Order: sequence, then C-alpha cells, then structure tokens
Amino acid sequence: MSTLSYAVADSATMLRRQLRHMQRYLSMTLMLIGMPIVFLLLFVYVFGGTLGAGLGPAGGRSEYLEFVTPGVLLIAVASGAIGTAISVAMDMTEGIVARFKTMAIFRPSVLTGHVLGSMIQTMLSLAVVMAVALLIGFRPNATPVEWVAAAGVLAMITFALTWLCVAFGLVAKTVEAASNLPQPLVFLPFLGSGFVPTDSMPTGLRWFAEYQPFTPVIDTVRGLLLGTAIGNSAVIAVAWCVGIALVGYLWARRLYNRDPVR
Amino acid sequence: MATIPSRPAIAAAGLRKSFGDQVVLDGIDLEVPEGTVFALLGPNGAGKTTTVHILSTLIGADGGQVRVAGHDVARDPDAVRAAIGVTGQLTAVDNLLTGEENLLVMADLRHLGRREGRRRAAELLEQFDLTEAAQRTVATWSGGMRRRLDLAMGLIGDPRVVFLDEPTTGLDPRSRRTMWQIIRDLVAGGVTVFLTTQYLEEADELADRIALLDHGRLVAEGTPDELKRRIPGGHIRLQFGYPDGLEAATRVLGEAVRDDEALTLQVPSDGGVKSIRALLDRLEDASIEVGGLSIHTPDLDDVFLTLTGQPDKEKEPAQ
Repeated sequence: MSTLSYAVADSATMLRRQLRHMQRYLSMTLMLIGMPIVFLLLFVYVFGGTLGAGLGPAGGRSEYLEFVTPGVLLIAVASGAIGTAISVAMDMTEGIVARFKTMAIFRPSVLTGHVLGSMIQTMLSLAVVMAVALLIGFRPNATPVEWVAAAGVLAMITFALTWLCVAFGLVAKTVEAASNLPQPLVFLPFLGSGFVPTDSMPTGLRWFAEYQPFTPVIDTVRGLLLGTAIGNSAVIAVAWCVGIALVGYLWARRLYNRDPVR
Repeated sequence: MATIPSRPAIAAAGLRKSFGDQVVLDGIDLEVPEGTVFALLGPNGAGKTTTVHILSTLIGADGGQVRVAGHDVARDPDAVRAAIGVTGQLTAVDNLLTGEENLLVMADLRHLGRREGRRRAAELLEQFDLTEAAQRTVATWSGGMRRRLDLAMGLIGDPRVVFLDEPTTGLDPRSRRTMWQIIRDLVAGGVTVFLTTQYLEEADELADRIALLDHGRLVAEGTPDELKRRIPGGHIRLQFGYPDGLEAATRVLGEAVRDDEALTLQVPSDGGVKSIRALLDRLEDASIEVGGLSIHTPDLDDVFLTLTGQPDKEKEPAQ
C-alpha cells in the first residue's frame, strides 16, 4: 500500500475507535450536547424577555431567540472542542499511544482520528441544537445554499478549534488540566456578538468583542441564516479559522512527535 | 562457543541516551541472536525501559547504532516497526473497547484485512484464554487478563522480534507462570524475545542470555549459569544443636563460614537438590546430626553487590 492509502486506512481505523469511545463514554457525549441546549433554553426562557426588549422597540423573546441561536451554536462548537482536549489527554495518559507509535502506521492517524471523530460529534451536536431551536420557534429565512454555507462556516470553525484542542490535550499533563485549558473558549461567544449586540458593551470590552475570532463567525452564520448584514465578516472568519487551524495543527504535530518523557 | 552464528535479531553498539543532563544509557552494546530470549535485568531506574524505548523506535538515541530485525532504527524505523511487537510497562490497552475490539484495531493497523484480522483475533483470544471475556469492555477485566491482552495485541502481526518491558511486574504468581509459558511458546515458534525484569528468577527461567544493567552500563552479560558462577551469594545454612556437631561438620566440609555463637555453618552452594543431597550424604556418612537447614539462593541484591562492586551498607561483610 502507498503512504496515502495507509493514511486513509489508518485514519479510518482510528476514527472507528473514536466513534466507539463516544458510544461507550456516553455521559460525556451527552454532556457536550446537553450544555448548549441548556444555554439555549436558559437564555431564551429566563433572560430572553428582558434581553429581547433591549434589541430594539420591536424586540421580545422570539426576537431574542433569533438573535441568540447563532451564539449558542458556537457554544456547541466550543463545548465539543473541550471534549476533544479531554479525549486526547485521556489517550495520552494511557500506554496505548506509545504502542501506536511503535507500529508501522500513518503516524498522525491517532490525531486525525480524534479530529474526524470530534468533527462528526460536533456536527451532530449542532444538528440537535438547531432542531431544538427550530422546535421552540427559531425561523431562519435561509435558502438551501445559505444553509449549506452556514454549515460550512460552522464546520470550518469546528475544524480549527478541534486542532487547537488536540494541542491542548497533548500539552496538558493530566486529564483535568486538559478539560480546564480550553474552558475560555466557551466564554468567548459571550464576550462577542453571540448573546448581545457588541455596541451595547463598554468601550474596552466592545473593542475586544469586535476583534475576537468568534464574532465574525457568529455574524456570518447569523447573516446566512437570518439575512442580516455580513459585510467583511465572512472573510475575517475564514482568515481566523485558517490561522487557528494552522497554529493548532503545527503545535499539535510538534507536541505529538516529541519524545515521551520517561 | 561452537554454535552456528546466526544473524542477530537485535544488535546495538555504543548506545547512549541522556534526559537533560542525566545520563541514562552510557554506551550499551548488545547482541541478541534470532530465536533466543534475552533478559535485561536491573533495578528501577537502571535504564531498562529507556533501552526498550530506543530499540522499539519509540524514542531516538543520542549516540550509537541499533539494528533490529536487520534494519537501522534511526534510518528505517517503519521497517523495524513492521517486524516488532511491543508490550510496554504501562498496560497499553484501550479500556473503553472490548477485548475483541482491541485486537481488531491492532489487526486493522497491521493491515491484515477483515477476514484475516477476525481469524487472528479469535485465535489469540483462544490462545490467551480470553475468549469468554472478549465481548466485555477491558475496563472490567482483571490486571492479569489485561496484561495478557496487552501481549496478544503486540503479537497480532506475527512479529519476528517481541519486546516485553517487565511483563510480569504486578502479576500474581499464577498469572506470572501463565505469562512465562506464553513466552516459552513464542520462542518455540522462532520468535526473538527481548524482556526486561527486576526478578533474577524470571531471567533464570526464561532467558538464554542475561545482561545486567546498572546506572546505564552493562555490568555483566552471559548465560544464566555463567552469571550464577560469578555470584557467591548462594549458600546453605546448617544449624547444629551442640558445638561438637559444628566442630565435626567444619572438619568434614572444609570450605565454610562458621558462627560459633549461633552454632551455624554457611556452606557455599547453588541451592540445587543434587548438591544439597550430596552435602547431607557427607554429613550422614560422618554421623553428624544436623538440627536445621535453610537454603539461601542468590538474589538480585547479591548479583548487584558482586558485579557492581558496591559495598553492602546493611550487612557486615561475611568473610
């Protein structure tokens, strides 16, 4: 077999292993999917009336549901990425990765298996969150092309954050550390355009909110689903995703290839 | 020796490795002929695991040359990897998968094909007495079972050279015997086994050749018998009821360490049944009554005391 067919075959093997893990470690899978749903219901039904009123004279709970759904989708992405860091770290603390490294396999397949598995898990989680949002009254006006584009943007940020979290999982010495390191990612949608418009924030925070990576992604998804203005957000979102993915990938590769400490 | 020289399965020359400024391996030379068992014996921290890590391509050496199964580990690691099976000190099984799934993942990574993979997995489960538990996740298994699975996973691609890093550490005596039998069967099939152990007894049971590693250097190498001859620690301790008996026995046995207060005599011996019987026959012939007898076999302490030349701080020198 050639290197390429090894790469595909071994990544597929590792992906199957990951999918089994998700089935067996169902509590974590459910927690990762459940968290964004709890956020969605909490923000729509508890805070939604008040926050919705702040969106404008015609605002209310249903308007807030429209506004907040893209933000909650990003929470789901970040939550999935934390799961990646945890499962990578769990793998590294076991002897099995050392075994994989002494086998004639496509070396990065351990990592590509994690990334592919996490991608599938997060896309499923996004579908569930979207289904719940639709169920409680989210009414996007997107065309099929816009739906596909929105899914593409979400897949892109998932891919980027997953690689970053693979690196987090590798750099962490314990599973606990691996679950703590990426926690800030879950808060980034709050400190951006996810839950309230950025122009309602005080200056310093607003500056941060407008320039952090989640905001252009949220704005792009919101624009595609609801027809709000996208402007140059799409381009910035793509640039961020490429940048984060590249940094995460290169960092993860370096960490993975270093000699294990005795 | 008059044996026909065969191609070495493992050959290392001038192997060096440091972690930071700590020298772990300081110029190791090894040669393991095909189809033999080689035991690397040493205390914790001697560098055994590091040696296995380098020979099995997990980490690189700082200096020296290593060839495993005819391939250079630095230049052609994948060729080495295709020929070896490794069972590390940490049990390397996937606890979230069942026993069978663990083996099937290994079969897939060895690119055996679906049918052949299933056949081989079933065969190994049978051989290692794991068939009954095969459908349960490994997290529910006992330590001995996990260790056996661990070994089975290393064997799925029919490797020519097998590395076992302390394969029986932490196992109960019965599981240890099972593991020994498995290793013997492997060698009978022509596989070369490189194992590390802290137990002299284990090396003695299994190995064709033993090397002693201490502070990153090989302090001795040879067959178990060759090494034992260099270890004077083995002796038989005879207890006497009266000073007369001690006196008479000393005359009969000659070379012995005598303790007049405790009325004991230490006679150098390998501790074997034959030599004990011979010793007792000599005492019987001289009509000397022995009150009690205990056998002291050489242990790792003796080996190290003798071969590293370090003074023993706890015991007083016997001579």
